[in-house]
Amino acid sequence: MNNTAKMKRELTPEEIHHEELMEELERTRWRRYWHQIKKSWPVYVMLIPVILFFYFFRYRPIGGILVAFKNYDNYAISIGESDFYGLYAFRYLIVGPQAERFWQAFRNTFTLSAYGLFFGFPIPIVLALLFSEIRNETYRNITQIISYLPRFISTVVITSLIGLMLFQGSINQSPGILNTLFAKLGWIEEGGAVMTEPEFFRSIYIISGIWEGAGYGSIVYFAAIMAISPTNYEAAKIDGANKLAQIRYVTLPGMAPTLTIMLILRIGDILSVGYEKVLLLTQNQGLSVLSTAEVISTYVLTLGGLWSSGSGSGVSFAAAADLFNSFIAMFLVLGANYISRRVSDTSLF
Amino acid sequence: MKRLDRSELIFKIFAYVLVTVFVLTTIYPFIYSVSMAISSDSAVTFGRVVLWPVEIQLNAVTDLIVGEWAKSFWIAYTNTLFYTFYGTIFSMTLSIFAAYALSRRNLVFKRQIGFFIVFTMWFSAGLIPTYINYREMMVNNRWGIIYGFGVQAFNILLLRNYFNGISREIEEAAIVDGANEFQVLSNIYLPMSKSALATITLFYALNRWNGYFWNMRLVQGTEHPLQVVLRGIITNASNTDDIFNYPYSEFSLAYAAIVLSIIPIVVIYPYLQRYFARGVNVGGVKE
Repeated sequence: MNNTAKMKRELTPEEIHHEELMEELERTRWRRYWHQIKKSWPVYVMLIPVILFFYFFRYRPIGGILVAFKNYDNYAISIGESDFYGLYAFRYLIVGPQAERFWQAFRNTFTLSAYGLFFGFPIPIVLALLFSEIRNETYRNITQIISYLPRFISTVVITSLIGLMLFQGSINQSPGILNTLFAKLGWIEEGGAVMTEPEFFRSIYIISGIWEGAGYGSIVYFAAIMAISPTNYEAAKIDGANKLAQIRYVTLPGMAPTLTIMLILRIGDILSVGYEKVLLLTQNQGLSVLSTAEVISTYVLTLGGLWSSGSGSGVSFAAAADLFNSFIAMFLVLGANYISRRVSDTSLF
Repeated sequence: MKRLDRSELIFKIFAYVLVTVFVLTTIYPFIYSVSMAISSDSAVTFGRVVLWPVEIQLNAVTDLIVGEWAKSFWIAYTNTLFYTFYGTIFSMTLSIFAAYALSRRNLVFKRQIGFFIVFTMWFSAGLIPTYINYREMMVNNRWGIIYGFGVQAFNILLLRNYFNGISREIEEAAIVDGANEFQVLSNIYLPMSKSALATITLFYALNRWNGYFWNMRLVQGTEHPLQVVLRGIITNASNTDDIFNYPYSEFSLAYAAIVLSIIPIVVIYPYLQRYFARGVNVGGVKE
């Protein structure tokens, strides 16, 4: 009762003026926009190419998601010509004949990421700490520059080097250098197969990932460490802190915001394992390695006939698997970003 | 020199040793590749190369540059140069324009356009629909590869943030003097954001140079870039059951191809690294 009474009360002159102003602005909105666009038209011309690009190559494919709900098994026909099959492809993957392989790929994706996070995440941090200890600037610069280098080398080169160095040997060629080394260390038998064996795949993937990315990954932590004021260390030393205590009570708290964000972002990415490296590592290595190596993205490409060994008869199933995965992945990314914004006022978007 | 207490000294030694070990591990495969490429047939075949070249021969390298494999190798190399050059120009032009437009304060529909771009970072259609779309959009030739790839929302945002940080006063002075938007962009914004531009250029160029899968999938034969041809050479080399009648090991050929493919990166990289070490700051990106 009280509320309606309030709403019906007379408007003050200021409020009437304000409302009139808003109405006027609303009425002239399009004219103002037009005026604005005419005044700085080059800016809008500049936006045209990027909008076209994003429309044709990022938004237009979204319509193609329909194939996941259709019976589409041939790239030569158009999506419109194929029949609707509803959720058949999803049932086929999640509980149907493909369930075992699909869930295996799903588990592999998660496991590979989780192990990569667990072993790969701390190493750039440690490396940044070590770099910050090196006070000889020339030596530090040189070592840092070298350590970033592998990040710029193509996946083809890196996976090929791995394959060649772990090569098990044949009649015409002795085993690769790493194969020989591991045999000497007793980890594998002499000339033993490595690349084809499921039990080695995760180690290969993760260790080579560290080799590639740790140096480059240390940049952001190194910057965080360098931003800590030296007086904090002085104060800690006066309080009797030794080096470990300084790291524990000065360095780590100082880089905590960076650390948190990077960790959250990595967790958000946990369901997106790139396909290129996995495909190249397992190419021509037989089927048994796939029991740990096949991830959702490579499964999608194989099933969809876009990778050599695939037949291409499962395009709809492949699209369904992809959609299922990217849907979950999207929520993980958005969630991670939301949490990151909450805890540190920093977010990617 | 400051006095170090014992724990600090130990940690420092520890740091020097570990960093040195890490860097040696990083650089070892590169040196080893060069050595394998130029060592003799028997040294490679019997695994006598450990670090430095053994019984040097240069046939594998020369056969790739001027001999037996030169033709397909150089076609691939030229293709990659083509894709990298035009592709990077294409990507940079679009990104700079978009970033500049989004950095205008009174852009009409600014929020909507920003969302239109950012959304592509959250959700992508997936591999199969992307492939179907590439087929439909005629991304199956040289120019298709140029226009079909290459603008990433993340890079636009990175550049937009950089542009936002540039003081408006110079720009206003220029506008008073009668500069139009294109002049403001090219005479004020671009020269003032060199390190961000260098970083993004580097990443676009690297994506083009290193790209494998879609190039392999979408274009054919003589249009294939280096990475695809390189992979072919290495796959053949690893299949050592074939008879290989050359005065060097097939592995030498594979390593030689690897070395030749990364030379441009190793040469250009030291000049560009000072930019990206400053320019990349993931933690500071915010809308």
